Amino acid sequence: MTMANPMTIFDVAGRAMSAQLVRMNSSASNLANAGSIAGDANAVYKPIKPVFRTELDRSTGMMSVSVDRVVRSDAQAIRRHDPDHPLADENGDVWAAPVDETQEMVEMMESARQYQNVIEVLQTTKTLMLDTMRLGK
Amino acid sequence: MAESLFGIHGAALEVRSQRMGLLSSNIANAATPGYKARDIDFKTALDARLNGAGSDAATAKAELYRVPLMPSMDGNTVELATEQVAFSENAVGYATTLSFIQSRVETLTRAIKGE
Repeated sequence: MTMANPMTIFDVAGRAMSAQLVRMNSSASNLANAGSIAGDANAVYKPIKPVFRTELDRSTGMMSVSVDRVVRSDAQAIRRHDPDHPLADENGDVWAAPVDETQEMVEMMESARQYQNVIEVLQTTKTLMLDTMRLGK
Repeated sequence: MAESLFGIHGAALEVRSQRMGLLSSNIANAATPGYKARDIDFKTALDARLNGAGSDAATAKAELYRVPLMPSMDGNTVELATEQVAFSENAVGYATTLSFIQSRVETLTRAIKGE
């Protein structure tokens, strides 16, 4: 993959921010669907998770990041016996989404922390670049 | 011309700027599986630059892989605390070099104006 312009720190930071945003969004989807019920083991919501990939810019040697793909977990749906539930099957079972809420919360916190870190980088770089621009004035 | 005007500081600013790019890459890839964090040995890069190497060649020579304090399962060697410290140290270094250049420019401007 070749690019017309060499990537700047701002590009790298911007891409990192959007990648982290995808991660936060998928965690939010997982949390929103935690405990959702389906009447069939195959129809139940499965958690999603993005896979990041490094993107090398050969002209500057800088490493950016992008979302390679979003994978859907193959965790088993949780069977629960609840004959009164309107979606219960003939055995009286319903199927709950296999979302590990604690894990998703930790994922969210880590992602937020890394997003903040990138913003810090962006701010520092911006200040330094502006100082450089003002050189000699 | 610019080399002799700013002496070591011009080269230092270049190396600082390249190191900033590398450290930003590390921070951007904090969650990428298998990513190996890298850093520049500032002194090696600066010496190479002062001995006439191009700015890319100088940093390529001084590039090293970071040794993680606690290796993680996914092969990623970025440790945010380490990178943060390195980044801010580098930013302070950049600002310092910049102020040296700034004062050099002011000296020259004063000399040209004859004040």
